[in-house]
Amino acid sequence: MFKPASQLVEVRADGAARVAHQFVDADQQHSAAELGMWLFLATEIMFFGAFFLAYLVYREWYPVAFAMGSRQMDVMLGTVNTGVLLTSSLTMALAVRASEMSQRRWMIGLLVATLLLGMVFLGIKGLEYYHKYAEHLVPFAGWTFAPAGEQRTGMMEFFNLYFLMTGLHALHMVAGLVMLALLVIVACRSPLRDSSSIVVHNVGLYWHFVDLVWVYLFPFFYLVSASGSVAM
Amino acid sequence: MNGAVITTRKRNYLNASYTVRSWLLTHDHKRIGLLYLIGVTFFFVIGGLAAAVVRLELMTPRGDLTESETYNKLFTMHGITMTFFFLIPAIPAVLGNFLVPLMLGARDLAFPRLNLLSWYLYMLGGLMTMWAILAGGVDTGWTFYTPYSSTYSNTYVMATAVGVFVAGFSSILTGLNFIVTTHQMRCPGLTWFRLPLFIWSMYAASLIMVLATPVLAAALLLVGLERGLGIGIFDPAMGGDPLLFQHLFWFYAHPAVYIMVLPAFGVISELVACFSRRRPFGYAFIGYSSFAIAILGFLVWGHHMFVSGQSVYAGLIFSLLSFLVAIPSGIKVFNWTATLYKASISWETPMLYAFGFMGLFTMGGLTGLFLACLAIDVHVHDTYFVVAHFHYIMVGGTVMAFLGGIHFWWPKMTGRMYPESWARLSAILIFVGFNLTFFPQFILGYLGMPRRYHIYPEEFQVLNVMSSAGASILGVGYFFPLTYLVWSMFYGAVAPENPFGHTGLEWQTASPPPTDNFEQIPVVTQEAYSFGPDDALRGPSEEVISIVQAS
Ligand SMILES: [Cu+2]
Repeated sequence: MFKPASQLVEVRADGAARVAHQFVDADQQHSAAELGMWLFLATEIMFFGAFFLAYLVYREWYPVAFAMGSRQMDVMLGTVNTGVLLTSSLTMALAVRASEMSQRRWMIGLLVATLLLGMVFLGIKGLEYYHKYAEHLVPFAGWTFAPAGEQRTGMMEFFNLYFLMTGLHALHMVAGLVMLALLVIVACRSPLRDSSSIVVHNVGLYWHFVDLVWVYLFPFFYLVSASGSVAM
Repeated sequence: MNGAVITTRKRNYLNASYTVRSWLLTHDHKRIGLLYLIGVTFFFVIGGLAAAVVRLELMTPRGDLTESETYNKLFTMHGITMTFFFLIPAIPAVLGNFLVPLMLGARDLAFPRLNLLSWYLYMLGGLMTMWAILAGGVDTGWTFYTPYSSTYSNTYVMATAVGVFVAGFSSILTGLNFIVTTHQMRCPGLTWFRLPLFIWSMYAASLIMVLATPVLAAALLLVGLERGLGIGIFDPAMGGDPLLFQHLFWFYAHPAVYIMVLPAFGVISELVACFSRRRPFGYAFIGYSSFAIAILGFLVWGHHMFVSGQSVYAGLIFSLLSFLVAIPSGIKVFNWTATLYKASISWETPMLYAFGFMGLFTMGGLTGLFLACLAIDVHVHDTYFVVAHFHYIMVGGTVMAFLGGIHFWWPKMTGRMYPESWARLSAILIFVGFNLTFFPQFILGYLGMPRRYHIYPEEFQVLNVMSSAGASILGVGYFFPLTYLVWSMFYGAVAPENPFGHTGLEWQTASPPPTDNFEQIPVVTQEAYSFGPDDALRGPSEEVISIVQAS
């Protein structure tokens, strides 16, 4: 809307030529793509919903063990990671804005920033996993599970869920990073098109969703210890 | 329209190109629908063969044909193949794929490449499952209950679960595609209340595909991770709860019944309207009831767990909610009946299937109420009563509607008519065979014969022999359409644009349609199903009939 009129026409002409054959016009194509993305996110919510249900059931079963398990978490690293991820959401949102404004350089820069922040997150997550491995807190795949305290069964379930849910979250992050990398590569090679902004917009929606999952995972695993005074 | 236009083989989606590549890489929803038709037919035959061996074994009270382990694998193979690779995709992925864009006046689905991907995922999942069966089979039953599936079974659970998991994505993609297409790609003038009822029910079914299938994926993933890595979510030794699996599984698998049966309702609504030449009585009620069923369907999963030890209070609620499903289902049946009342009904094959559906689905639905009753369920749970009930819904309902729909839209799909008298004969054979197969099972179940056993007391033999005899008639009934439909693709009478005089947009284009569906995007100015007395669409015109006879 801030573009000169001549440029607008040009973009439209270009966009119209690139509408896929099943669509009437670019608007239809854009709204279809966006609705498709929202539906995909709905499937993701249902997918993660199953694990959150498991979490709620077992937290109800083993409140003490979950508080104890949560004390084993590195709240410092978790908080830093939350900050990193929320910042990446900000850079992503700005990248979407830049793509809508056809500011290609800004967009590429912001996408790269998002990509780097995402990699930092995964790095810190990997470090935390390694610590848990070294502290004998991985209860599966034949590794030694030797938690301190008495709530062994409940702790086991806590760490099963911790690795399961943060692991799936990390896998979704990896998928997001691949998408971001592809966007950057395409944007560096060719000029922005009318259809670019919807693609960036959709990747942005996905990225925010993955962040949002973490916003739940963080308190569920790192902060529940503060929820009750449990004698160790 | 004249004879010359039809006989000079206009360019259509079938003769646009003939290469294998043009089929395997097609983005055309109509071709993908046919690819799916080949897929579901293949899996139907496989699942049917497994059922045939099961019925043969059950002819005698002793286990003389198969061992117990083999028998377990056979009914598992039957259940998994039929549920995930036939019933779920049958109507949505074949008829839905073919018809949704045509009925909406669109050139294709919103995401044609995703659509092709969904077929490949489906075939990949199906073939992985077939491989698991050939490699040694699975014996968990189609329900994969833990802890048997996650800890104890020594069969190919992993490969099968992965196959079903992969196929689940094809279902999600199909549902997503239909919802977006229905929202975004209706042609000018096609408002929501002018949509054919088939679209309403496909939309409701798509919502379930999109929202329920991910939960199945999660449940199967957890089984796989527990078997493979020992991440114990369901294993009591690691603090888990085996019952949690049942909750997750049925949260998908009950709504999955509506993925199978809602599209069937859509087909029946079209057939009833067309062959009674009437706008369906209570159009909006039929449309809304699809959504009511979809929503209620998410809230009743616990009726599969009445005897699992779940809380009695949860059982009460689940029982009540299950009863409520009868209301929208009843709305449909009563509205179809009211549509038929004093209508000028004709008895082509698709209508025979529609009548079959209405009777059998009603039986299946009413016996569902028995099962939703807490006290009666204790008596008939896991007996042949349940087996009979869901076969009345799935085979008597979905398969009947699928066959009715295939016959009805066959001229549109292939440009050829099916042979009417053979088709009528097999519709009747299927109806008779079906009832002979499954009605005795209600009695067997009520008398206490449990499901999933191949050895049973002597006194159950008569009813079991009746059931097996019916199954053989049913098999013959299914074999006929398989052969004459293939035959008709080459030798059938050339079909006109609108052989049954129906009103939908799919009938306003050529048979078979051109690749882009319409010469130009249609504009809708009327309600759906306007069979007015002066309407030109009121049945086959003299001209069209003479063309059919001449060809
Ligand atoms: Cu159910």
